[in-house]
Amino acid sequence: MGAAPFFPPAPGPRGERHRRREIWTRRRSDRGYAARGEVMNAMGDADAVVLVEELRKRYPRGVIALDGISFAVAPGETFALLGPNGAGKSTAVRILATLTRADAGRARVAGHDVAREAGRVRAAIGYVAQATGTDKEATGRENLVLQGRLYHMPGPRIRERASQLIQWLDLGGAADRLTRGYSGGMRRRLDVAMGLVHEPRVLFLDEPTTGLDPESRSALWRDLQRLKARTGLTILLTTHYLEEADEAADRVAIVDHGRIVAMGTPAELKAQIRGDAVVLDLVPAQAPGARDLVAALPGVRDVTLEGRTLRCRVAEGARMLPQLITALDRAGLSVLSAAVRRPSLDDVYLHHTGHAFLSGAPEAVGP
Amino acid sequence: MNLLGDAYAMLGRHLRSSVRMPVWVVVELIQPAIWLVLYGQLFRSVALIPGFTGGSYIQFLMPGIVVMDSLFGAAWAGMGILTDLDRGVLDRLLTTPASRTGIILARVLHSAVVVAVQTVVVVVIALMVGARLGGGVEGAVLLLVVAMLEAAGFAAASNGLTLLVRREETFIAVLNLFTLPLTFLSATLMSQSLMPGWMRAAARFNPVNWAAHAARLATSRPAALGPALPYLLPLAGFALVAGAFATWAFSVYRRAT
Ligand SMILES: Nc1ncnc2c1ncn2[C@@H]1O[C@H](COP(=O)(O)OP(=O)(O)OP(=O)(O)O)[C@@H](O)[C@H]1O
Ligand SMILES: [Mg+2]
Repeated sequence: MGAAPFFPPAPGPRGERHRRREIWTRRRSDRGYAARGEVMNAMGDADAVVLVEELRKRYPRGVIALDGISFAVAPGETFALLGPNGAGKSTAVRILATLTRADAGRARVAGHDVAREAGRVRAAIGYVAQATGTDKEATGRENLVLQGRLYHMPGPRIRERASQLIQWLDLGGAADRLTRGYSGGMRRRLDVAMGLVHEPRVLFLDEPTTGLDPESRSALWRDLQRLKARTGLTILLTTHYLEEADEAADRVAIVDHGRIVAMGTPAELKAQIRGDAVVLDLVPAQAPGARDLVAALPGVRDVTLEGRTLRCRVAEGARMLPQLITALDRAGLSVLSAAVRRPSLDDVYLHHTGHAFLSGAPEAVGP
Repeated sequence: MNLLGDAYAMLGRHLRSSVRMPVWVVVELIQPAIWLVLYGQLFRSVALIPGFTGGSYIQFLMPGIVVMDSLFGAAWAGMGILTDLDRGVLDRLLTTPASRTGIILARVLHSAVVVAVQTVVVVVIALMVGARLGGGVEGAVLLLVVAMLEAAGFAAASNGLTLLVRREETFIAVLNLFTLPLTFLSATLMSQSLMPGWMRAAARFNPVNWAAHAARLATSRPAALGPALPYLLPLAGFALVAGAFATWAFSVYRRAT
């Protein structure tokens, strides 16, 4: 990174408190074409900064965390692994960051094999774990300086870099206070800064914005985009937030049960979903009957019912909605509310995994 | 070779967080003094038992407390790496190019430094209540070396154990299983000549016992290095083996998580 300073995060344009939590139903859909990982990106593998081939990992107690995943990330690209709890996202990132070993398959990062050339991989990457990794008994600055020393940077450069990052973190007076007194968001931003101290070529971010408020989240991404524009940094992130994957990532892989079920740019993924989503809110007792009725109508696809919420897909939502409501009304079934949505990554998600994202309370950052 | 540089950087971190805990510092300094006084009073009459060959009991006890303190201080060293593990700090360190051996070495050196300070406290107090340093300055230095080597060995073993079990309860249970028996199977608090034969035989394989003998030689008579070497060398060997064990434990950790 050049001499240009980082900028403190300013309040983002999207101020709405819009957070999501996922509620998963354990239903498995048929797996997409990418399920066995045979579809690689069009880019030549030789250019890839991160190249993953058929990684498998089973934990000692028999949990299969990765069931053969493959993908390639191009230089300067932001690539998101999107998936529910337990999908295997962290496991994949931990293997790439040399923290754990795969049982089978190969992975190369920055041109080096993660199993055989772990030292070279480590020098090239920054890693921000899902749980914070700051030393609580040290100040923010001390954390940054030690990190720089472990990357064997020269002393003056470390001090310069630490001051730069502290300015970016906007910690104000807190830079020289123990991080045990930091808020979750401050600590999370310090985590990201620690991953950037040595100006890595590749940055792994495991749920970087969980626990950040919407303003901090968009400010962080604005700064990371700026950094990417200047340095060509490659980012691999994992996330639960569909909007985050949609907005920040150049390409997205949807991971479910240790496999990649869909992969592509957000636009490509959305284009696979034809038509609009219709969401109907029903009276609970009538919901199953309504589902059967709607599913039997011509031109209606992908009908799912979760609790009292019925979703389906139709060619033209605005035209179809009145017909749906009328049909239900004739059968004596009431519709409490109705909405039509253009295809979103939510729908891609639902289509490929059979689970839906539902709005809910915010999640806390891990311990 | 970044091992020493990495260890030095991380040792700085450990020492800094230690001195930031004033209560911890005070307790670490008072505890050896309490042991010295308690054991000194409790076992005073041991020196009167026929067959006891240690001279006055406080003279006998001074090196014993140094050795015991070193064992108990170092055996708990694994708690530090466990905290790092639970807080995600260890994973962060492991993704940097920092040497694994350096991570262990920093923790081991930290324990050795703390034990060195405690040794000085024990010796100063013992001198005030009538013990003498028979080995003079060289003997005092030798005593420090013995205490630090012992601490290094047990600190490394403790760190390795932590990486293998990765759970506080298990770690503490194993610790409790070993520390007191190791103390009693040695000449730390009791003259070897008063031990039953089988205990004396078992004590020959106990690093704590090696440390106790070397420490006693360092404090009892002049020019102690020669006779102490047969204990000092195995003690150094123990520290090296324990260090290798702890570094190896990282690969187990990497496979299991
Ligand atoms: N150390 C471990 N030992 C045993 N099983 C593990 C371990 N770590 C993860 N698992 C299991 O492996 C599976 C994948 O976990 P992983 O943490 O990779 O998922 P994830 O996609 O990151 O989930 P989340 O969104 O909750 O972070 C889960 O079933 C989990 O229970
Ligand atoms: Mg995870």
